[in-house]
Amino acid sequence: MTIDATSATKIVAARKRERLRWAAISGSDYFISLAGFILLVGIWEASVRLFAIPDYILPAPSAIASSLYTGFVSGIFIYNFGVTAFETLIGFLLAAVVGIATGALVAQFSLVERIVYPWLVALQTLPKVAIAPLIIIWAGYGIGSKIFIVALVAIFPVLVNTIMGLKSCDQGKLDLMQSLGAGRWETFCTVRLPNALPFIFAGLNVAIVLAILGAIVGEFVGSKAGLGNLILEANFQFDVARIFAVLVILAVFGLVLSQIMRVLQNIFLFWNKALS
Amino acid sequence: MTASANVTPLLADRPVANMRPSAAIELHNVTKIYETASREQVHALSNINLDVGAGEFVSVLGASGCGKTTLLRIIGGLEGGYAGKLTLHGRGGDNSRRNVGIVFQDANLLPWRTILQNVLLPTQVLRLDKRASIARAHELIELVGLKGFENKYPFELSGGMRQRVSIARALVHDPSVLLMDEPFGALDALTREVMNSEVLKIWDTTKKTVFMITHSISEAVFMSDRVVVMSPRPGRVIAEIPIALSRPRNIDMLSEERFGGYTRELRRLLDVSALQAVNAKNSS
Repeated sequence: MTIDATSATKIVAARKRERLRWAAISGSDYFISLAGFILLVGIWEASVRLFAIPDYILPAPSAIASSLYTGFVSGIFIYNFGVTAFETLIGFLLAAVVGIATGALVAQFSLVERIVYPWLVALQTLPKVAIAPLIIIWAGYGIGSKIFIVALVAIFPVLVNTIMGLKSCDQGKLDLMQSLGAGRWETFCTVRLPNALPFIFAGLNVAIVLAILGAIVGEFVGSKAGLGNLILEANFQFDVARIFAVLVILAVFGLVLSQIMRVLQNIFLFWNKALS
Repeated sequence: MTASANVTPLLADRPVANMRPSAAIELHNVTKIYETASREQVHALSNINLDVGAGEFVSVLGASGCGKTTLLRIIGGLEGGYAGKLTLHGRGGDNSRRNVGIVFQDANLLPWRTILQNVLLPTQVLRLDKRASIARAHELIELVGLKGFENKYPFELSGGMRQRVSIARALVHDPSVLLMDEPFGALDALTREVMNSEVLKIWDTTKKTVFMITHSISEAVFMSDRVVVMSPRPGRVIAEIPIALSRPRNIDMLSEERFGGYTRELRRLLDVSALQAVNAKNSS
């Protein structure tokens, strides 16, 4: 008894020390990353000025910053960002809900698995963005077609990981539920689904990146608004500084989304992080 | 029981603890045949006849593959498709889940639930009264020596502590039968010894019928009223040895002459059965 109690507190204390150590390392990591970034931007700015590189080949960071500023002040970036963000988020949510639900059905019912699985295997290697032009023809130039493309691109990692997670439940836990006479639905909710969460989150992390990709590609293929549309427009006008400005917005957007995913993951999977 | 006729005199002249009250578990001619992928029939269990009295502590020893886990799974309602008859407290075994608690080799705790929530799991599945269940869970957590850990998560506990939680969980719905499948197999030797005594104390407090599978001869002798020896291919009972050591048991008994007698006898029986299995394999 005493052996158990002390060894457990030791484990907890060791974990805490480990966490603190990591916090210290990542703190100095941030500093190094920031210094590297400033250095790179400085070299970039200096070289563009020194070698007089024209704006339509490579704009200086200062030119990109001013393009960013004018874009935001005129409201053009805010509107187009709103469109792309909406397409991305709604498409992603659609992919998440449909992907998890379909994955659950496939994992739980062998009949559904036999119907869906061949399609899944066939479609998985197909580059989904190749279907984008077709979807524009069917669903038009509006926001709807982009949401559809986003969902199509993002659903596969969610679906595949959900199936994998639900099937990887260890037999001991299932035996426990069976010995208590738990039904299929109860076992699913109490054991299988929470057990699959680490897999599902891994799928969602991939899906969120693909969602932004899907939105931009969709807008490239045919659109009236959005950041992808803005990039094409700037491209025709050789406004390379604006292209870079939009890329900056996209990079920040992607970063924010993946950070949100990380926070959600830490909330839902606290038990898993501590386990590994 | 016929097999126990060939026990050595050392054990035979003791008063046999045969005054068991009504049987808690009755197995009558239980036979289980698996069919492998290659359509080959494997006799996992062959004509098992075994009674476990109410409140009795029975251990099963046997080489791996002798079907002892299959036997436990049948009693626990985890394995169907067997021939013969299983009765728990005079009733058919299939709808008496409330009456059985199982401790597996792995604690099988749900890592996203606190210790208290893990212990409460069976009462939740069996739709038992919530308030009474919580009170009982607290009592059991105290009984297994984990008071103060109710709101911790499994990852904050050591292996031995997790297994204690799983024992509390197996008892929370107040089953009359406790099935344990190598419950200490994953623990280190020191923790294992402590747990043996702890479980005996819990058994003494709760008066459950215990059916335990183990690989450790001394653990079986130390804890049990009766040790059942099984032999593989086909899985069958070859001997039942009543252990007449006094209760409560304590660690000092391990060095007693009689304790040594039991372990030697059991080892002999296991060696014979292992030898037979090897011979049977060679001749086939």
